[in-house]
Amino acid sequence: MKLTPLLSACALGLTSFALSAPAASAFCGFYVAKADTDLFNDASKVVLVRDDERTVITMASDYRGDVSEFAMVVPVVDIPEREQINVANPALVDHLDEYTAPRLVEYYDENPCELRYRRDMIAMSSAPQAMAMEEAAPEAEALGVTIEAEYEVGEYDILILSAEESDGLITWLNGNGYRIPDGAEDVVGAYLKRGMKFFVAKVNLERHSGSSMLRPIQVAYEDEDFMLPIRLGTVNADGKQELFVFAITRKGRVETTNYKTVKLPSNMDVPIYVKDEFGEFYKAMFTHQTEKQSGKAVFMEYAWDMSWCDPCAANPLSRSELRELGVMWLDEGGQGDIQPMRPGFGPQPVDAFVTRLHVRYDAETFPEDLNFQVTGDRENYQGRYVLRHPWRGDYGQCEEAGLYAEGLVERWDEEAKQLAKLTGWDLNEIKQKMADGGYSAAAINVDLPEKPKGSWWSRLWGND
Amino acid sequence: MGVWTPIAALIKGLSADARHWQILALTGLFSISFLTSDFGAQPKHFLAAFLGAMIAQTGGTLWVNARQAKAGRRTLKGAHWRGSKLSGGIALMADFQWKSALITSLSLSILLRANSAWFWLAAGLIGVSAKFLIRYRGKHLFNPACIGIVAISLLAGSAAWVSPGQWGQTPIFAAFAIGFAALVLSSAKRLDIALGFLGFFALILTLRAFYLGDPMTIPMHQMQSGALLVFAFFMITDPRSTPDHWLGRLIFAFAVAAFAAWLSWEHHLRGSMLYALAALAILTPVLDRLIPAERFQWISRKGHGNETDTSAQRLRARPYIVRA
Repeated sequence: MKLTPLLSACALGLTSFALSAPAASAFCGFYVAKADTDLFNDASKVVLVRDDERTVITMASDYRGDVSEFAMVVPVVDIPEREQINVANPALVDHLDEYTAPRLVEYYDENPCELRYRRDMIAMSSAPQAMAMEEAAPEAEALGVTIEAEYEVGEYDILILSAEESDGLITWLNGNGYRIPDGAEDVVGAYLKRGMKFFVAKVNLERHSGSSMLRPIQVAYEDEDFMLPIRLGTVNADGKQELFVFAITRKGRVETTNYKTVKLPSNMDVPIYVKDEFGEFYKAMFTHQTEKQSGKAVFMEYAWDMSWCDPCAANPLSRSELRELGVMWLDEGGQGDIQPMRPGFGPQPVDAFVTRLHVRYDAETFPEDLNFQVTGDRENYQGRYVLRHPWRGDYGQCEEAGLYAEGLVERWDEEAKQLAKLTGWDLNEIKQKMADGGYSAAAINVDLPEKPKGSWWSRLWGND
Repeated sequence: MGVWTPIAALIKGLSADARHWQILALTGLFSISFLTSDFGAQPKHFLAAFLGAMIAQTGGTLWVNARQAKAGRRTLKGAHWRGSKLSGGIALMADFQWKSALITSLSLSILLRANSAWFWLAAGLIGVSAKFLIRYRGKHLFNPACIGIVAISLLAGSAAWVSPGQWGQTPIFAAFAIGFAALVLSSAKRLDIALGFLGFFALILTLRAFYLGDPMTIPMHQMQSGALLVFAFFMITDPRSTPDHWLGRLIFAFAVAAFAAWLSWEHHLRGSMLYALAALAILTPVLDRLIPAERFQWISRKGHGNETDTSAQRLRARPYIVRA
């Protein structure tokens, strides 16, 4: 529970917040909960900073096992120089993750008898996490493998390999301690035939600090093609892979061109108890929404001008953080089209727009690598879910209070339906949980006016 | 019996002009995109494109008619556009092809995305203007929607873009079915070039997958593109900017498919077929010269002014003055 300087963002919040509160308008509040970053096991986090053909990729891993077993194998278009490779502070990616995470917002209803409403709260939370890539390993000419370059960067030993054939490369990798899963030949072969090289990294134990945390590897390169190779990840028999892509551009939103990009449903009122299980809620919702798209969509969870946020799941990244992540245009003369300063955060306005994409993929649903394009769309979007705390008191003390109580019961009904729709959870269970928490007609002693029960056929089958 | 008469009349009316089916089908695609995609087609963008296209169509029609009246090539009577007759029997708005402008605007709003409505307006304006201005032997060179999109993408940088992947699987299959049906029903008889293009493109993708050792799911996936669909059924089939002879059309389709594939592999262009079509438009007059055939008319001269005439749609040569 940290009280962040949210108040300054509040004025802005009004427009977006005043949407649905029947009796209360909203102001800002504080940060309540954060979904655990362990939500998605083995998730990969990739930051892509792109400006024309200039690209910086940051690959983060939440690998928690024995560091000597860690390895990363990534197809690359070119042989990078030593200066093009860097290791970054893992906190950078975590900060970006928190800043862009889907958030939970709270409001408190006021006493309906007093026609002034003020004071609320915002809560939010965040989600996912890091990357685990494949394994890789070193050496042999007879196998047709060429070590194009060899670098020591931070705790990593990095090799850039080219090969004539996938068999040779895989044999070599396996012989050098990179465990390549069976069935990778075709995928590796397809990359090789397209002239791609393999970037493989292992941890050098002598240079490793002993911390269990591995630092993200960064590569800066120029290429026409704006894509992310994901097919090696589908070779694993481990089922679906979880991937988060944070794309930062100066122009606007990034979308996939060979897969449908879908906005994660947002701005819904959900029952109060979701606050205690926001992580579960987010996971269930993501799974349910993925299924609704037959597993074939890329979900956009955040798209925002990085100068500010509202409400903030975490403060915007500072210029130096952005620069470390690879935002190369910040110091390049001119101000660019800097956004007007918002009464929110942002140490100062920056010319950067972030898109957070969440992909759950396997070979069947995502047969091809992800192709991206930078669009000129700068419309802000965020995954935001709203809790509305009811006013508690004597609902008989005035007429408004009675009406409010009736409205409350209807509202809870809607929230339950909304939650069931978002997550696929059972409606009756949701209602039971709400009732247990005191969010039911019985709990607030409201005798609902005999509402017409709908038509006989809806009563017959329970359809609405 | 009585029930069927209006339906028969409707079908007759629809079939009177090859564009009617296209308009219906494109409206269907527009609706699918609008309803099923978060980044889909928007009515206001269509309106912007339509406004731009209609301005250019009106201007172009006036210009062509005025020029013809001046040249005395032809006395214009029986204007389509009522109330537009000038004294002296010269109809300045004769042959006002608003349906073509409508088709162009629908295609633009389905394929083009931008961060301001002005870009759709400009695309409509540029596309339809090109139809009047860039002509060879009485036939326009570029498909208006295609050149509109290409010009805007090149001019606007990242402020305008083509969004080929925002369809999803079920909508794209529905859209393919609609496109195919429209082409079969339409009297434009351009199924050869549409299927030729799709076939060649699929073949190229499949051969590449074989070469790379990729599973067949990859070319299958690559074929499920909204840009490819609108392109194959509504752009490269444009009877007015593609070769007149079927053999010429197949050669043209192959050239466009091969060039599009090359552009997307070597230069990673999104929506590469649009660029390929624009770049290769010059092939059409060449092929027309090498393999001549009768020129296509939207509405036959016989049926002119009487759009319920189903027997219309005959190909008819009209070597020099062909309306856009």
